[in-house]
Amino acid sequence: MSLWVDKYRPTDSSKLDYHKEDAAKLKNLAQSDDFPHMLVYGPPGAGKQTRITCLLADMFGTGVHRMRIHYITFTTPSNKKMEITTVASSYHIEVNPSDSGIYDRLVVMEVLKSIAALRQPDDAGKRPFKVVVLTEVDRLTRDAQQALRRTMEKYSASCRLILCCNSISKVIPAIRSRCLNIRVAAPTEEEISRIVMNVFREERITLPADLAKKIAHQSNRNLRRALLMAEATKVKQYPFPAGATPVIADWEQYLDTTARMIAERQDAPRLLEIRSRLYELLSHCIPATLIMNGLVKKLLENCPDNTLKAEIISQAAIYEHRLQQGNKAIYHLEAFVAKFMSLYKRFIEENTMDMDF
Amino acid sequence: MDKFLQRGKTTASSGGGDGPSRKQGSAAAGTSGKTGNSGQIAKDEETDAKATGMQKFIGVKSTVQVKKNLPWVDKYRPKTVDEIAFQGDIVAVLRNALKGEDFPHFLFYGPPGTGKTSAILAVCRELFGQELMKERILELNASDERGISVVRDKVKTFAQYSNTSIRPDGKACPPFKVIILDEADSMTGAAQAALRRIMEKESKSTRFCLICNYISRIIEPLASRCARFRFKPLPTSIIKERLQSIGTAENVQIEDRALDALISASEGDLRRAITLLQSISKLAKDNTVTREDVLELTGYIPDDDIATFLDTCKLNDLDKIDEFAQNLIFNGFGAGQLFAQLQEVILYSDFIKDAQKACIIERLAVADHRLMDGADEYFQMMDVGAVVMQALSAH
Repeated sequence: MSLWVDKYRPTDSSKLDYHKEDAAKLKNLAQSDDFPHMLVYGPPGAGKQTRITCLLADMFGTGVHRMRIHYITFTTPSNKKMEITTVASSYHIEVNPSDSGIYDRLVVMEVLKSIAALRQPDDAGKRPFKVVVLTEVDRLTRDAQQALRRTMEKYSASCRLILCCNSISKVIPAIRSRCLNIRVAAPTEEEISRIVMNVFREERITLPADLAKKIAHQSNRNLRRALLMAEATKVKQYPFPAGATPVIADWEQYLDTTARMIAERQDAPRLLEIRSRLYELLSHCIPATLIMNGLVKKLLENCPDNTLKAEIISQAAIYEHRLQQGNKAIYHLEAFVAKFMSLYKRFIEENTMDMDF
Repeated sequence: MDKFLQRGKTTASSGGGDGPSRKQGSAAAGTSGKTGNSGQIAKDEETDAKATGMQKFIGVKSTVQVKKNLPWVDKYRPKTVDEIAFQGDIVAVLRNALKGEDFPHFLFYGPPGTGKTSAILAVCRELFGQELMKERILELNASDERGISVVRDKVKTFAQYSNTSIRPDGKACPPFKVIILDEADSMTGAAQAALRRIMEKESKSTRFCLICNYISRIIEPLASRCARFRFKPLPTSIIKERLQSIGTAENVQIEDRALDALISASEGDLRRAITLLQSISKLAKDNTVTREDVLELTGYIPDDDIATFLDTCKLNDLDKIDEFAQNLIFNGFGAGQLFAQLQEVILYSDFIKDAQKACIIERLAVADHRLMDGADEYFQMMDVGAVVMQALSAH
């Protein structure tokens, strides 16, 4: 049995639930015989991949849904053998080059070249090119993005690229200008709750409307998360009691508690406790940026003063930047917590002193 | 010049003019393609031909196919030197080279989309003709492996072949090859240094043309061996003219306001403008390009949203800014775009004092740098928002 997220994923563009106008435009594009390189961007869980698959299905027929796993091996200049996993149908191939770390430039160059050099069989009515879907382009190194530039132009006769990323700011302008940029906005909360309701109806389970709303709100406008949360909630709590609440992932609760602990007391022993909690989170493979994000949001809620908030945000921006540059997340997370504690404590002390006078 | 003309004639009459040059052709294809079997070489030729716009060289059937899918940038690339827009001095020098005067090593530099690659390709096409071009030109760019070993091997072997001075159609052509090193500023210093001696040694048979955006990244000894030409950014009138003529040729209606938006979005980069136009025309209804289409596809944040952002900052409430930043991210807009537009609005605003402007723009610069390093968009947006808020409420 597959997860609801996969089970109810629309398979062609007429079944998409939101952004219908954009979907119609994409369908037009699929029907014309020419097709540019594309760059699809938007927040996570907005339906980028879904839209790409729908577009491919419109172009090539249902054959694109028959996918198999492919292993491609290549040798790095230092004679190290690398293997990357790709998912492919007979019309397209999906590669995530950022998986290969510093060798992503090689993946872009070698893999793309080898795919592009294979000629597509020239059947009547079939398109003379193959589509390469590159995911997480924003995590490619500068070098790899540079290499992508010319590859895109050179092999445009036999292959089209669809690039997929979260933040367009991290893609170099040279690539952006070579693609048709498609923005996929996140669905609104109403849209999410409607979709969740629909899924439950298909599953023949009754869902209270307020629970659907709560799920939509908790999901942070991320449809994938909403559906996963809905399924988890169903498994844990069905049949739903009155006033049921959606199940929140363990680590999020853990993070909430951590934030509360920071706000409660600011001294060295507490910092040590927080440190071990942060380690716990990191060792469960929660991305450091996500931890930072959650912490800052919770901490800001507890802040009484605007100036203090502004100060904390500017510090958060600094430490998050360092987090990206360094390679040991715990230092920067802990440094931020320590900074917050000192700022917060000073603020509280100053204010209580004011009151004394 | 006369001398090699005559020599060319004699080789042509003896009927051997074609033989050696064909051999070189396959050698060049072998080095550039790195592919094993013959079928793939044919493929390579086609894709290469696409890049250089040589449709005549390949079969009739694929010509139709290639033409249909050809990006407009390649389709409307200038075919002759005279078609090159705007770059007056350079065109004059190139025309002299065509007349048989000196053909030095060239170093073209300037912002992207000003016609550097087009210029050298056009000269070569006129010098060598469509057919010879393939074997006389080696185009290397950042996507090819271009370390020091490649410079040594590939460039050296290519440079060492001798050339006849006669084209297959009987016309005379100079007896050298041209190696185009595109995006040369991304070559390593060591690879550039390796080029120095090769350039001098092989100057009898080979001319180099280095193309780059930033001349400061080309090492001095290399730059001093070339004739340097700076390509100026194209003025709006010329971009406008080109876009209009392409629009007519492709049967696309472009609204005047859309044209202005296109030009301002492309910032003097003709290639970007043309690519944009092509992508937009694919999505556009009834073949009409509107301003809204252009703004949507360039990722431009609506002006209203920027105004809302400034208004929100004036409210002196960080939660509101937080809400705004979240929304912007949910809608898929990039923080980089927000910063660029914000900078413009703030710089020309009459309501914000100079001191405030300086304060805000300094933080914008910092945030943009962090963004380039891969920092999270949300934090940087909030940071800028907080600074704008403080700056605006301080006075």
